Amino acid sequence: MQEPGLYHLLFISAALFFIAVFGFFTRRNLITMLMSIELMLNSVNLNFIAFNKYVWPGRLDGLFFTIFIIAIAAAEAAVAIAIIINLYRTHKSIDVEQAEELKF
Amino acid sequence: MSGSTIIFYMLAALTLVSAVMSVSTRRIFRAAIFLLFTLIGIAGLYFWMEYEFIAAVQIVVYVGGITVLIIFSIFLTQEAGELLPKQQAGRQLFSALAAFCGFALVMLQVAKYSFNGNSTGAGNNPSVADIGNQMLGIENGGYALPFEVISVLLLAALVGCIVIALRSTAEQPVVDKK
Repeated sequence: MQEPGLYHLLFISAALFFIAVFGFFTRRNLITMLMSIELMLNSVNLNFIAFNKYVWPGRLDGLFFTIFIIAIAAAEAAVAIAIIINLYRTHKSIDVEQAEELKF
Repeated sequence: MSGSTIIFYMLAALTLVSAVMSVSTRRIFRAAIFLLFTLIGIAGLYFWMEYEFIAAVQIVVYVGGITVLIIFSIFLTQEAGELLPKQQAGRQLFSALAAFCGFALVMLQVAKYSFNGNSTGAGNNPSVADIGNQMLGIENGGYALPFEVISVLLLAALVGCIVIALRSTAEQPVVDKK
């Protein structure tokens, strides 16, 4: 095994992103789809931090992008869960196949 | 092979294995717990890169906040003991194929490109004082304006959550106030 560096972190980040894409394609439950989106945002954060450390040392811009992404992800998760709870009240189900009033 | 390398590979294995379990398990509560372990693994990777502040933010916001929010919403909307419905094999196969092709494409591009810069990444761990100075600075690329925008966005999201999650009163008789 070699000394881990930028490419190892990029591998982890890309693998995490596409695992999340797989989950987003296969899941049909809104909460598990939300979990996949959180995984995607996390892989992007990991990418920003890795580039900030290895490619642009001495600057902090990647770190600030990560902080803002975390804040936006928290707001997004809160709004999404409010929508999910509201959908559950009206439909008694949070399966995406059941919510089809807006189709066509 | 040093201890740092071993710790890196252990953290990577923890992150990726629990991410795979999180998207593939059919018990939704276990999916949430595996998501928790994935987030902890990523926080460990931040610690390994010596970005302690961002690792602490990750633990506080994701592990402490978002996972608890997800678990509560599972309790509010699901029978947590029951299995999720089985997916069609064709859909799973094609999703796996699409994800793998995308991953292969990205890794081919990354392998072809050679990043120049500090390949060891040593001697670059920002202190909290640096982060605070630049976050609230207004010159030399300070981030004061995005900070304010984010605070307005968080306020709007808070109000929006309350409005969406409020029980609607449309079916109750409207009290006519004069």
